[in-house]
Amino acid sequence: MTTPLPSRPTATPARTGRGLQANRTRVALLLLVPMLVVLAAVAGYPLLRTIYLSFTEYNILTDPAPKWIGLGNYWFTTEDGVGLGVLQIPEWWQSVWNTVKFTVGSVLLETVLGLAFALIINSKIRGRGLLRTAILVPWAIPTVVSAQMWNWMYNDSFGIISDWGRRLGFLEAGQSFLSNPDTALAALVAVDVWKTTPFMALLLLAGLQTIPGDMYEAADVDGASPWTQFWRLTLPLLTPALLVALIFRTLDALRVFDMPFIVKGNAPETITMSIYARQELILNSQFGFGSAISVLIFLIIMVFTAIYVTSLRVKFD
Amino acid sequence: MNSKNPVVRTVTLILFWLVVAVVLFYVLFPFYWAIKTSLTSSARLSAEALQWFPSVASFQNFVDVFITAPFGRNLLNSVVVATGTVLLSLLLSVLAAYALGKFRFQGKTILMYLILAVSVFPQIAVLSGLYTMIQTFGLYNSWGGLILSYMIFTLPFTVWTLTAFVREIPTELEEAAYVDGASPLQTLFQVLLPVMTPALVTTGLLAFINAWNEFLFALTFTTDAAAATVPPAIANFTGASQYESPFGLTMAASVIVTVPLILLVLIFQRNIVSGLTAGAVKG
Repeated sequence: MTTPLPSRPTATPARTGRGLQANRTRVALLLLVPMLVVLAAVAGYPLLRTIYLSFTEYNILTDPAPKWIGLGNYWFTTEDGVGLGVLQIPEWWQSVWNTVKFTVGSVLLETVLGLAFALIINSKIRGRGLLRTAILVPWAIPTVVSAQMWNWMYNDSFGIISDWGRRLGFLEAGQSFLSNPDTALAALVAVDVWKTTPFMALLLLAGLQTIPGDMYEAADVDGASPWTQFWRLTLPLLTPALLVALIFRTLDALRVFDMPFIVKGNAPETITMSIYARQELILNSQFGFGSAISVLIFLIIMVFTAIYVTSLRVKFD
Repeated sequence: MNSKNPVVRTVTLILFWLVVAVVLFYVLFPFYWAIKTSLTSSARLSAEALQWFPSVASFQNFVDVFITAPFGRNLLNSVVVATGTVLLSLLLSVLAAYALGKFRFQGKTILMYLILAVSVFPQIAVLSGLYTMIQTFGLYNSWGGLILSYMIFTLPFTVWTLTAFVREIPTELEEAAYVDGASPLQTLFQVLLPVMTPALVTTGLLAFINAWNEFLFALTFTTDAAAATVPPAIANFTGASQYESPFGLTMAASVIVTVPLILLVLIFQRNIVSGLTAGAVKG
């Protein structure tokens, strides 16, 4: 409020200056109102409604109205000692575990592969423009499409990957990496890695390009090998970009729904947190119980975001 | 690559090109395979599924996808929903970005934090709330329902990126308009907006791609096959009969929606790369 305005050539007296500032605050608020109203309607209200529903018992098809049951959806033990709350149900923990495995696997592989792509594109070799263009292709393909493309390549009788798997002796006739519960999650990680490594590579490439070239010249003069240069120069200077990309991808992977759902539906070996929540909400019409799952996912994501904002000291001005 | 030994140099170079070739194969092969499959007629598909080239290129799948499924209608829905989403979120965020980028007021930082928080909202967290809302307002199976619900992920993104852009516009422009007695809206639309065009194109394009690809809301808020957008339609393809594999049709539909996207991305390559990285790396 008391922040002085930068002095203008038209030399406004101090008093009108303050009036001007108040006026500008009003204008700013007016400009923000439409956006805030829409965000409140599509994000604020639905979130509060989800939180409220998570404390109720509400089958949207049969119950006329939600019935308040407090924390019952999260933790509830019947007189026979059966746990009915989300946190007591193995299926939820299965989905958490699947999501964690999916996230760790895909983010790690994407980072390593993305860094390799970025280094190749950043090298002064002919054809790097072509490479940069080519890696945009998986990124541009809609997730649904890439899920179906890989679904077809993984097909047990007609899929090319199953064919390769058979030739290399990994698969028997009629099997596929997707139908085997032991390899299904890894097969999904492979799809995600293919689809999102380009995004990672582009973020890291931008980071690489901020490293001044004369640093490498100096390292050359000092006789540092490319290997040493990578570990002592490139990687430390790339760390901020690497962290940002890592966190972006982690948040995405923790929320993943589309691709695993299209390829494997609600199968227990690949069900993720979001798929489990939608199964309870939409397929089983359990709006109370399903909302509790949604709230848990929301909390997990928010904790990660808080870590992100504080650890990177994101600044807005 | 800076070794002086010519043999080492050549070997390194060959190895490098080998790596490049592997990378190219890896990123392009799945899409090639989809195109190949889409060009194989459903009658031949089981015999030729593993062949690297179709023996006869057939466009039957591309015709069938419009006849046996309401795919034309799905395409129209996607175009309308994605365009509507982009226009509405650009309009709202141009106003907001002007306020956030050029005005000083209390609570701005909190507001930016809030917008950042919404941008990472898991869609699933608002699904039940949105569902009851859409039910109440009768927006089921409608364009409006989808456009409205898509604001949750396009709006934070467009506000955020445009704010970053507006902040960089020299204040002199705005001051000159102010001295000439222009109102804030005149300043915004007649002075700043022309300067913002490149940012609007990039931001709009990325928002369009996100809206075009959205799956969860489209799947949940449309129950009628003719009201669906392209992603749920492609996820739910079935063959003309239960004995026919739907993969030829699915791949044809996939190619139809992907080719324009790839062309767009290639044309706007530079803008997209800078747009993707601007928000992320600067933080």
